[in-house]
Amino acid sequence: MGLRRYLATRGIILFCVLMMTLLLTIMLVGSNMDIILKKGVSIQIRTELTENKSLVNSFKDTRELDQFIQNRINDRIKILGLDSPWYSPNRIALSMYKIITLDFGHATFLSSDSGSSLVSDIILEKLPRTVLLFTTATIIISLIGIFLGALAGSKTGSKIDKMTSSFAVISGSFPVWWIGMLMIFVFAFTFHLFPARATPLVSPNDPGYMPALLYHMTLPLITIVLIGFGTWAYLVRNFMINIMHEDFITVKKTIGISQSKIVFQSALKNVAPPIITILALSLSGSLGGAIITEAVFDWPGMGRLYFEAINVMDLPVIIGATYVLTAFFLISIFVSDLLYGYLDPRIKTM
Amino acid sequence: MGLFRNDLSTSILKSKTGMSGVGILLCLILVSIFTMVFVPLDTYKQWNNPSSWTSFPKSALPSWVNTFLVKKIPEHQLLENTQTTIQTDDNTRKIIQNFEMDYTYDYFPNDFIYQYTVEYLGTPVLEFDVIRPDGATLHLLSYSLPDLKSNTAYSDKVYSDKVFSTNESIRKNILLESDRFAFSIDNMPSEEVIFSKFNAHEVLKGKYTFVTKISTTDTRSAIHDSKLIVGGKVFGLIGTDDQRRDLAIGLLWGTPLALFIGITVSVASVVSGLIYGVFAGYKGGKTDESMMRFNDIIYALPALPFLIILSVTISNSIFLMIGFLMIFGWVGIAKVSRSMALQIKNRQFVEASRTMGQKSSKIIFKHIIPQIMPYALASIAISVPAAITTEAGLSFLGLGDPSFPTWGQILHDASTHGAVTRGLWWWVIPPGIMISLTGLAFVFVGNSLDRLSRIKR
Repeated sequence: MGLRRYLATRGIILFCVLMMTLLLTIMLVGSNMDIILKKGVSIQIRTELTENKSLVNSFKDTRELDQFIQNRINDRIKILGLDSPWYSPNRIALSMYKIITLDFGHATFLSSDSGSSLVSDIILEKLPRTVLLFTTATIIISLIGIFLGALAGSKTGSKIDKMTSSFAVISGSFPVWWIGMLMIFVFAFTFHLFPARATPLVSPNDPGYMPALLYHMTLPLITIVLIGFGTWAYLVRNFMINIMHEDFITVKKTIGISQSKIVFQSALKNVAPPIITILALSLSGSLGGAIITEAVFDWPGMGRLYFEAINVMDLPVIIGATYVLTAFFLISIFVSDLLYGYLDPRIKTM
Repeated sequence: MGLFRNDLSTSILKSKTGMSGVGILLCLILVSIFTMVFVPLDTYKQWNNPSSWTSFPKSALPSWVNTFLVKKIPEHQLLENTQTTIQTDDNTRKIIQNFEMDYTYDYFPNDFIYQYTVEYLGTPVLEFDVIRPDGATLHLLSYSLPDLKSNTAYSDKVYSDKVFSTNESIRKNILLESDRFAFSIDNMPSEEVIFSKFNAHEVLKGKYTFVTKISTTDTRSAIHDSKLIVGGKVFGLIGTDDQRRDLAIGLLWGTPLALFIGITVSVASVVSGLIYGVFAGYKGGKTDESMMRFNDIIYALPALPFLIILSVTISNSIFLMIGFLMIFGWVGIAKVSRSMALQIKNRQFVEASRTMGQKSSKIIFKHIIPQIMPYALASIAISVPAAITTEAGLSFLGLGDPSFPTWGQILHDASTHGAVTRGLWWWVIPPGIMISLTGLAFVFVGNSLDRLSRIKR
């Protein structure tokens, strides 16, 4: 009962957050959105007219033509519901409904590699690449982090412990994107080992695209792992230290079970719940935080899409990407709550 | 409280990292003070104005690289005149200025520019010569300055101009000397000829004296300002960027800005989070529940996308940016201080003062918050780096306040000019080091404070 109620409230909160995020985004970009939509309508009607020569010729003078165009535009705006201001409840409800059903509309400037201007197409094309880079990175980071953290935590005060801790503190103070610039400088400019831009030059339809993409992925991957694993190791270490003071570990030690067996079998099993929670959070958290990193490496994923959309103020893309990023973030929070409740039985009795 | 302050300083001074954190921090504060007192405020206002940086070299290396090089790269030099002689006769006046320089580099200079501002009547003649280390004198230029009366724009009798080394007359004058050179100087830039040995196309090292002479019939004429710029490829402590800006000045101004942004954001968000959390925890019940739900909502908002949208749609002013960063900064602190307040409010001394009928605001500020102070101080120090890196990141994306030369802004400029792929390391490494160093200092101080707050708990 406790767990179910807990999850239900969490679920409701997260849904509220999603709605609020949407509302905030729409409110922030709404007035600009209105202008763009109205311009779009007038352009659309003018192009329709220029294609229809006989209709244009039937007008006596330009004033009559202008009058006709203006009427057409006003009609169209009324049909689309653009005559009421963007902050009217009807319109906000309508646009929120559209977004919840994943209907993001057409992008104003950007298009996908395959040429589609549907926002959902663009996002679907970019999302896998971000997942590819950041999920791989997060998995590598967590593996190194867990291993190092377990080692350091089992021997507090040892050399490896001190090194892990200081590396964690130091690497945490460096901005990832700056390290990225340095990596590009060292490996792309000085040694010519990896390309400086992470976007492959091969077209996405080419069979050689995947290998090229993987090759271009190396440098960003190394950078993210280098900056990330220290913090992970430090977290795992702190969990481990708490566990290593527990009675059952002391008992196992006195029985004479080897240190490595204790650390990697008994102790790690017990620090699993918080670690998995953090893993779930960082897996999706990386999707949002990737904006600057992807901008540095020019990696063709969600982060760069977001950055490009902001640069040209492509509002449908901004709204769509914010929605997807937020949704992922919230789902991962929810999943980590779920996992925590499942893995740590104590929470059910709370 | 007195006892607590004592603990505070000893705990920081005891740990090595705490000490080094305090040390770095002191240095940064000294740099900030130095910048605000000694670096002219104008350099900071003119940071984005390319015309105020024209006398500096373009993307020059830092000058200390020469210590590591066998072949020395010429340093960019802004020479003031070393000696002015004025010869006045009955109705003629000669103003002679000398610019001396010791040229000991292994490469030719990029160019040279003579800048001057003269006050005169009539049409004086300007002569420009150079005396080389080998004693030879090369005549570079002689031309008459325009008659200012005919030009109403110069009604104040003052005339400024620049003579560039690419000047066509200088080239022609040098070509007249081509007999003295053992090699062909036909298609060579003037500066390579002037600074070359006669017998081979190599740099002639030694003392050069550039002499300018203005001869006029007006006895009141005077040179107001004159400068000789010998263009080199190294300059200053950090070098210059593509827009000829002195990066050292940008980094210096970035220090107080970063400290200001970091400290303001962290203090404001920790204080507001602390009060919010303690209030929720102390009140309990429905107030606590609804306040914490609101907290959850802010906690789940994706910070970076929102910061980007806010700075694009509302404003990228640095003060608003600080406000935006605060919106996302207080949440975690509020959660922790609430749980701490829950523990403290059930202690006897709090209960005692409640039964004595003290107001809840007084209990919160007098009894609960002082208990959480060590944690709050540690949080302030620990959350400074995040504020600085986030601001730097936003500036790096080009969303920062362009009127302030922050470190992130400099890195943004470097990135848009392709500094990394062109190998302009002095443009990329120093700002990042400053960001990381500042972050490290606060983390060090914060960690040792945190250790203290754990012991107290």
